[in-house]
Amino acid sequence: MFENLSGRLQGVIKNLRGQARLTEQNIADAMREVRMALLEADVALPVVKDFIARVKQRAEGQEVLQSLTPGQAVIKVVHDELTELMGARGEVLDLAAVPPVIILMAGLQGSGKTTTSAKLARLLKAQKKKVLLASADVYRPAAIQQLKTLAQSLEVECFDSNAGQQPADIASATLDFAKRHFYDVVIFDTAGRLGIDEAMMNEIRALHALLKPTETLFVVDAMQGQDAVNTARAFGEALPLTGVVLTKLDGDARGGAALSVRHITGKPIKFIGVSEKVDGLEPFHPERMASRVLGMGDVLSLIEQAQKTVDIDEAKKLADKVKSGKSFDLDDFKMQMQQMRNMGGIGALMDKLPGQMAGMAGKISGDAGDKAIRRIEGIINSMTPLERRKPEVIKATRKRRIADGAGVHVQEVNRMLKQFEEAQKMMKMFSKGGASKLMRAMQGRFPGLR
Amino acid sequence: MFNLFKKDKTDPADAPAAITSQETSSPSWTERLKRSLSKTRNQLGNQLAGLFGGGKIDEDVYEELETILLTSDVGVNATQTLLEDIRGRVKRQSLNDTTQLKQALKEAMLDLLQPLQQPLSTSTHQPFIIMLVGVNGAGKTTTIGKLANLFQAEGKSVLIAAGDTFRAAAREQLQAWGERNRVHVVSNQSGDAAAVIFDAVNSARAKNIDIVLADTAGRLPTQLNLMEEIAKVKRVIGKAMPEAPHEILLVLDANTGQNAVMQVMAFDDALKVSGLVLTKLDGTAKGGVIAAIAQARPIPIRYIGLGESIDDLRTFDAAEFVEALLS
Repeated sequence: MFENLSGRLQGVIKNLRGQARLTEQNIADAMREVRMALLEADVALPVVKDFIARVKQRAEGQEVLQSLTPGQAVIKVVHDELTELMGARGEVLDLAAVPPVIILMAGLQGSGKTTTSAKLARLLKAQKKKVLLASADVYRPAAIQQLKTLAQSLEVECFDSNAGQQPADIASATLDFAKRHFYDVVIFDTAGRLGIDEAMMNEIRALHALLKPTETLFVVDAMQGQDAVNTARAFGEALPLTGVVLTKLDGDARGGAALSVRHITGKPIKFIGVSEKVDGLEPFHPERMASRVLGMGDVLSLIEQAQKTVDIDEAKKLADKVKSGKSFDLDDFKMQMQQMRNMGGIGALMDKLPGQMAGMAGKISGDAGDKAIRRIEGIINSMTPLERRKPEVIKATRKRRIADGAGVHVQEVNRMLKQFEEAQKMMKMFSKGGASKLMRAMQGRFPGLR
Repeated sequence: MFNLFKKDKTDPADAPAAITSQETSSPSWTERLKRSLSKTRNQLGNQLAGLFGGGKIDEDVYEELETILLTSDVGVNATQTLLEDIRGRVKRQSLNDTTQLKQALKEAMLDLLQPLQQPLSTSTHQPFIIMLVGVNGAGKTTTIGKLANLFQAEGKSVLIAAGDTFRAAAREQLQAWGERNRVHVVSNQSGDAAAVIFDAVNSARAKNIDIVLADTAGRLPTQLNLMEEIAKVKRVIGKAMPEAPHEILLVLDANTGQNAVMQVMAFDDALKVSGLVLTKLDGTAKGGVIAAIAQARPIPIRYIGLGESIDDLRTFDAAEFVEALLS
């Protein structure tokens, strides 16, 4: 995500970094580049103009001119302002009201309200809240059914509404039901609507008045273009929004909508949707996102993700094994591959690495890397336990058998064995010399990178 | 009359009646397109009116024009091309007043979009298999409902294959559309989209059906495994009937920004997309991204969606589109 935006901004930064002195001219040049980069990333024009004006003002101010490294100082200004634009700090849901706490979902058609409702329910359930889902989308066929199905898979209660009812009736019945059954949180899903559709906007205004939600979340598709401004304004004027959820960020969206919506509504982005699976909702961290856009990497999120997905016991077992001097075999190699995949594949990892480091890892696309990983797994799966433990027994005949089993050419088996040998060498170095030596050795030796 | 978009939303049973009454009384589609694009036009039009109000054509005017195009999602590259084109016209035709600039803009835009106007012909094969693909929430399932209605109005028999086996209740959503249109929906409990569509194609051949509409689950182009899966679905359809699918429609949300170009390229690379459908043009979105698409990957735009009711899908007409957008 944000790839294109960060690519262009990094170019600008590179240029600035080389400047010993900053003149009005080269600041102006850089700002024009930034403007184009933001526009191309679908950031709305009024937002771009405002952003540029602020950066320029600060860049021409004392803090930059007196700096010994003016280029760096400008980058800091851009970073600060970008963070500011996305919301100065991460904000969480306000659940400190008298239960049931109501969360109202609003947004355009197809922005992802229903899916987000379910994801949110899952998140709150994990926090030991008693959650009720309810849908007042009586327009889209089977929308209520969709929420019910999702609720069932999450083992969360879903209020039994149907398309024959009026949304307002559903709202009051839901409220009543939630009170009588002592729910902590009610997530109230609504139909998608256009900001210019008066009748539908009146409907959601009425729903809001009835439900008196603590949180009114505006769900926005990260792929939205310049029109995000108009939509955000329409919803912001109709409803007292409390936050924004940005969905479909796992695509290659440039994410400009994130900046626009936040700027127009003035409301914090509280969550981002990063996968279509029900666990794909993450809290939003503006600073980390700003770093990512500028290509400074999001190592914090990477570490969190590693903690969440990597099997610590397995990893420890491997570390112990390597330390004890035992040989690193193909089963271990496969496990490493799997863990990398569990973290979302090479593409997802590279996304979060700082620009230079990602560049060092090579210019391959994350997809190609993921494919290579899968292929390696396939090849290892076609080996016998003996071969995995003692790769040195693999000679021509065995290679042919393995290649047939995995559906690849013998050359690929050779290549994979070569990669394994290198990994093995690295592991040996690790057991002897520690991490610093390893890092040096790692350059250009990622699996799948040639 | 002004309630066009709200009709037959709540009561499926009323739908057929509503359609027939609309067929007779509905205003010309140009008018509806204009009305749907009115918000777009209001904004774009107001900006343009100011710009085309008369005066000398100078650099400021071009810069203003650039801004307007960029805010319509036309994108940086297509905007540059359009501007160069317009500059050329201004020079050749020695235009000197901004009032004449409007015509130049229209012509430049039309030149870009005209090649995309190639209506879909479904008479080449029987059954004619149409596969719909796109990102999540673009409007695939709704478009299928509308297409079924459109083809039936042409007197063709239609079969729907519920190939979205991933999203909760996608099948039920299609079944509701099927009931409205009185169209049979082929679905099964298994999670395999290819199998469902394969069955549908065979069933259509046996029953002598004219058109099969195959739904698929929404997917983002970055989800490599899902892109591979959809390529497989296409291959499997080809096994049920050689040369099928005869049309692969990529459904695009008009609200999408420059990412739409990425979507077109990614789906085209994976599947060879043969046509586009632009949905949700009844909002404030400008749909200007089709200019960017026309430049990057000129794939015909078969239909545009102007609203939520069942007959709000129209064939794309470049001249009328440009006219409605810029008038």
